[in-house]
Amino acid sequence: MTTPSAALAPAERAVQLLGGDLSEVALRRHLEGLPAVDAVGLEARAASLGTRSIKTSSKQAALDLTIRMIDLTTLQGNDTRGKVHSLVAKALVPDASDPSTPRPAAVCVYGDMVGNAVEALGSAWSNGRDDGINVAAVATAFPSGRASLPVKLQDTRDAVAAGADEIDMVIDRGAFLEGNYGKVFDEIVATKEACRRTDGTFAHLKVILETGELVTYDNVRRASWLSILAGGDFIKTSTGKVQPAATLPVTLLMLQVVRDWERLTGERIGVKPAGGIATAKDAMKYLVTVAETCGEAWLDPHLFRFGASSLLNDVLLQRQKLTTGRYSGPDYVTID
Amino acid sequence: MATTTKTPARTATRLDVPKTYKLFIGGAFPRSESGRVTEVLDKRGAFVANVAKASRKDARDAVRAARKAQPGWAGATAYNRGQVLYRVAEVLEGRKAQFVDELQRTEGLTAARAQQQVEAAIDLWVLHAGWTDKVAQIGGHANPVAGPYFNLSVPEPTGVVAIIAPQEQGLLGLTSVVAPALVTGNAVVVVPAAASPLVAISLAEVLATSDLPGGVVNVLTGDPAELAPWLAGHADINALDLTGAGDLDWVELEVIAADTLKRVLRPEPGLAPETPQRILALTETKTVWHTKSRL
Repeated sequence: MTTPSAALAPAERAVQLLGGDLSEVALRRHLEGLPAVDAVGLEARAASLGTRSIKTSSKQAALDLTIRMIDLTTLQGNDTRGKVHSLVAKALVPDASDPSTPRPAAVCVYGDMVGNAVEALGSAWSNGRDDGINVAAVATAFPSGRASLPVKLQDTRDAVAAGADEIDMVIDRGAFLEGNYGKVFDEIVATKEACRRTDGTFAHLKVILETGELVTYDNVRRASWLSILAGGDFIKTSTGKVQPAATLPVTLLMLQVVRDWERLTGERIGVKPAGGIATAKDAMKYLVTVAETCGEAWLDPHLFRFGASSLLNDVLLQRQKLTTGRYSGPDYVTID
Repeated sequence: MATTTKTPARTATRLDVPKTYKLFIGGAFPRSESGRVTEVLDKRGAFVANVAKASRKDARDAVRAARKAQPGWAGATAYNRGQVLYRVAEVLEGRKAQFVDELQRTEGLTAARAQQQVEAAIDLWVLHAGWTDKVAQIGGHANPVAGPYFNLSVPEPTGVVAIIAPQEQGLLGLTSVVAPALVTGNAVVVVPAAASPLVAISLAEVLATSDLPGGVVNVLTGDPAELAPWLAGHADINALDLTGAGDLDWVELEVIAADTLKRVLRPEPGLAPETPQRILALTETKTVWHTKSRL
């Protein structure tokens, strides 16, 4: 499954929105001019969206959609080729007891494991088609982002050259918190450029905000706008290495930015909550939030993803419960 | 200057403070997720208490809690498990009056008969506390084999056990099925006698204050006929103890349980209580081979 990159040229969106003389001053004026977030209202809205009860056929559809939206992830220091192979095997056949189970959207690994993932996927690798499994790679000195720009760009180019269809980059949170928006912007633009393949197409760029380190909702809103203006195809909440990771209010806020961007430009940006979403019940709260905020068009793996590892097993257990009418247990799914 | 504390004169009758008896899941006392309660009346029809009525989702949560707690309980030393079970007896002894009162109200017993039942239950906890570090000697064996090996069989806990407790003698019946399951390190989800929910939840309060890790015992007050099929079919339960299911369609429950290869204890003829065989019925046998060294 492949999504054509939304941006024609990296900084074009910013030029169109902020005017020809794209300067840090103009960027700052825009970002700091964004309305402040009503935190209490946001959290109350997220909480109320989390109370919907979803039953029977809707639940079945939601579970299958959740699986199709998962970026099945392993990002550990002790990842081995064998571990990446078993991750890919899980993506290819999520539930051996039910061949009708859909496959996740992508497998997400560290940059040096991209080659292994591509090899393990074999013919199931999307490689530009719309019906396979993508390989996503984290890049730019993930998870901290503390490296020089040339190192980050080389990290990205290596992953793209090895076959990564999607790049999950981290922003420089230190620079962002210092108010150095221009530096963050330039890094995203440069990384986007580094996503260019030899044939001129771009690997899909997901920009990780690491909302847990941005502290305030206002910062999350600014960082979301900044990432979209700089050319991100997706905005992603977290690396999964920092607590709190994805929360429903933060995701709702980012979905609101994406909705506003679509109203402004007609262009659709994706959102990916990652980290801490471990149950099918949680996942369904996110789906409700997506549909209620951006509309049902966003209930699509091209526009919404879950970054998760243990979520898949829980969804499979719920799926088995719906199929058999009896509660299933962890003995009936793989140990990851 | 001496001060005296005087009890204020009772001009009006004091209001009753009836207790709501909630479920016991994962070491906590939640209400049923369904919000349902059953009114418990005494033999004369007077209101005694509201008791939570567990639903299938409460059963699901209880199984999840039991699964999480089971390895820790099985991993504790037999000596430690014995101490905890003995502690249950100690705490129960200190709260005897409450149990006697609850049994009188729900089962309509005389004070003497109620006290007899409570004391029998306490003794049963002591008995099982003693078995924790001894049952392996009864259920384990050194097997003779034709080769230079030691061959040893030892009983291991079967895992998560769902129990339908006996419908008579609420406290004693409950103890007679829960304690044997705990001895070897199983975790328990138990549906107590439908007519005696008060003592079951009070026993849960005793368990919660006896160093028993949260989730090792989970108590679902409610309708056994409603909960039993869900427990029988649940794929994450390893054994089903139907001792108190004699009035249910227990053959059908056994059929459901067979789908997931559960160990089933039937209500008839049943196993004699207070025997090591009753404890060993909820274990698996692990056999290990070890080479005989030639020093």
